[in-house]
Amino acid sequence: MPRALLRCTKLAMRIAIIDESAARASIIQEGLATFDDCELFVVTERRGLLARIGEIAPDIVLMDLGNPSRDVLEEYFAVSRALQRPIAMFVDESDDESIAASVEAGVSSYVVDGLAPGRIRPILDLAVRRFNAFSRLQQDLADAKGKLAERETIDKAKRILMDSKGVPEPKAYAELRKAAMNQGKRIADIAEAIVTAHKLMGNG
Amino acid sequence: MNTELTIGFLPLVDACLPILAHEHGFAEEAGVSLRLVKDMSWATVLDRLLYGHSDAAHMIAPLAIAATLGRGRPAQPLSAPFVLGLNGNAITLRPELARQVRGEGGIGSPVEVGAALKTIAADRLKAGKPLTFGVVHRYSSHNYMLRYWLAACGIRPDHDVDISTVPPPFCADALKQGEVDGICVGEPWNSVAVSRGVGEIVLSTAQIWRRGVEKVLAMRQNVLEEKREVVERLIRALCRAGEHFVDPENWDSNADILARPEYLDGSADLIRKAISDQLLIAREGPLVHYPDFMFQHREAANFPWVSQAEWLYTQMVRWDGTPFDVEECRKAAGVFRPDVYRSALLGTGAPLPGASSKVEGSLESSTVVGTQQGSIMLEKNTFFDGVVFDPNDIEGYLSGLP
Repeated sequence: MPRALLRCTKLAMRIAIIDESAARASIIQEGLATFDDCELFVVTERRGLLARIGEIAPDIVLMDLGNPSRDVLEEYFAVSRALQRPIAMFVDESDDESIAASVEAGVSSYVVDGLAPGRIRPILDLAVRRFNAFSRLQQDLADAKGKLAERETIDKAKRILMDSKGVPEPKAYAELRKAAMNQGKRIADIAEAIVTAHKLMGNG
Repeated sequence: MNTELTIGFLPLVDACLPILAHEHGFAEEAGVSLRLVKDMSWATVLDRLLYGHSDAAHMIAPLAIAATLGRGRPAQPLSAPFVLGLNGNAITLRPELARQVRGEGGIGSPVEVGAALKTIAADRLKAGKPLTFGVVHRYSSHNYMLRYWLAACGIRPDHDVDISTVPPPFCADALKQGEVDGICVGEPWNSVAVSRGVGEIVLSTAQIWRRGVEKVLAMRQNVLEEKREVVERLIRALCRAGEHFVDPENWDSNADILARPEYLDGSADLIRKAISDQLLIAREGPLVHYPDFMFQHREAANFPWVSQAEWLYTQMVRWDGTPFDVEECRKAAGVFRPDVYRSALLGTGAPLPGASSKVEGSLESSTVVGTQQGSIMLEKNTFFDGVVFDPNDIEGYLSGLP
C-alpha cells in the first residue's frame, strides 16, 4: 500500500533507531519494517545527533544502552522545547518486567506521551527480540573465533610434542588428551600451557 | 548469605576505589566479592541500578539525589553510604580562548579567569554566538561547579553562555570541532584534550570549592537495607582501597591497573598524572602540581556529610529553576547515609567525625574537629568567592546567591 494512502487512514509512527553499530541498526530496521504503519529512520552518526532528531521528530526513539550519547539525548528530551510533546522513557514505567527485559537486551526506548500502548508494545517487544538476536550472533561469532584460535594452539602444541619427543601426530594428540583428563582441564588449556612453556624456554 | 555485589561504573579515574578494592583483594579479605560492570553513559549506569542489574554504582552525586526526587525519571529512593571522592575535575578551554583568559605560566586563578571570560562572553553574546560549555550530565557536580563559578563571576549560565551535555569520551572531539568552547570534565579527559592539542586547562574544580563532593557509591535504598551486612563489608574494603590509592608507593601500579582495557582502557601515563595531582595544562606546556586536585581518602573524605547533599540540593533548585521545598530538601539530605558509614567502620582504625553535618566552605585554615573515633584534622576548605554554606539556613543561603 502506498505510504501516502496509509498515512490518510492511520498516521504512521516515526521511529528513530540510534545505534553506532550500523550492522545492529539494520537488523532492527529489518525487523521493524514488517510493521506497515511505521516510518523508520536510522542514525549511526554521533555528530549532529540532536539536530537530526529534531528533523525526524520521532514518536519513538530506540537507542542501544552502550551508546555514550544517551545522556545527551535524555538532556535534550528533558529541556528541549523543540519536540512538542514530552518524551517518557519506556512505555509503562510500572511494568518492571518489560523494562528489565529491555535493559537485559541492551536497548532503551523513549516514547512520546499519549501514544496508545497497544501500538507501541509490539514494536518494543520486537526491538528487544532483535537486540537479543544480535547479541547471540555476536556471541556465536566470538565463540567461532575462539574455537579457531584454540584449534591453532592445539596444532602448535602437537607440533611441539612431535618435535621434542619424536612421536607421531596421533600419539601427540593422545598425550594432550590424557593430560587434560588427568588434570581435569580442557585440551585447549593444556595446549596453551605447553605453547607458553615452550616460549618461556626460549623456543618461541 | 550471598556475598557478591555487582557495581556499575563509568571509565573515569575516580572509579578507582571499587576497582582497586577488587584488584588488590581488599574486598575478598573483607568478605565480599565484587563484579564490576562498565558502562558508557550515566543513564545506563542508573538504569542498571534501578532495574536490579547492579547492586551499587559509581555515580555523580547530584544524580543520586535527582533520581531520589524523581527529576527526569519516576522517583526511586537511592542511598549513598560512601563518598568515592572529592573534586578531580578541570575546566578546559579551546587553546586560543584559554590563552586569552589564563595568562602565562601556570593554572589560572578563578577570579581572574572569570573576569576575562566575562568580557569575552559578552562579546560573543552580542555577536550572536554565545560561548558554549560541555558538561558530562546536567545532574553532575561538573555542571554545578561550572555554573557556581560562572555565576559568581557575573556570567549568567543559560543567558550569557550555553551549557549542554557532552559525554566524556567525546569532549576532546567537541573542542576540536568547535561544538563547544570549553568543557568541565573528570580525568583523564582533560588530559586527553590537552595531549591532542585541542584544549588547555585553565582551572581545576578544586579551586572553585576546595573540597567539593564529586562521586558517591549509590544504591537503591531497599537494596541497602536487604544487603546491609555485605554493604558494610564493602565500605571497609573501599576504605582500605582508599589508603592504598593515596600512597605514592602505589601510584605506578595502580595507574597500570586502571588503564587496563576492562577498566578505563586508556593511557597509564595520563592516569598516573591525575592520581599524583599533576596537570599538563597545555601541550608542550608546564606540568603543574596542584595539590588535592583529586581527593580520594584523607580527612575522612569518604564520609557522606549530610551538608554536602544539602548543598547539592540548593544547586539543583537553583539551576532547575524549581522552588525550594522543605520536604524535598529533607529527602535529598536523606540520600547521604553517615549512619551506615559509621556502623561499618566503628571499631576499625578509620577516623569518624563527631558530627554528620558541617558548615561547608568555612575553614580558612587547618582545624582539628571532634570525632567519634580516631582523630581528624580538616585542612582549608573554602569556596573561591568566600561564601559559606550553613545547612541551618539553607533558604538564606539560596537567597544570597547571584
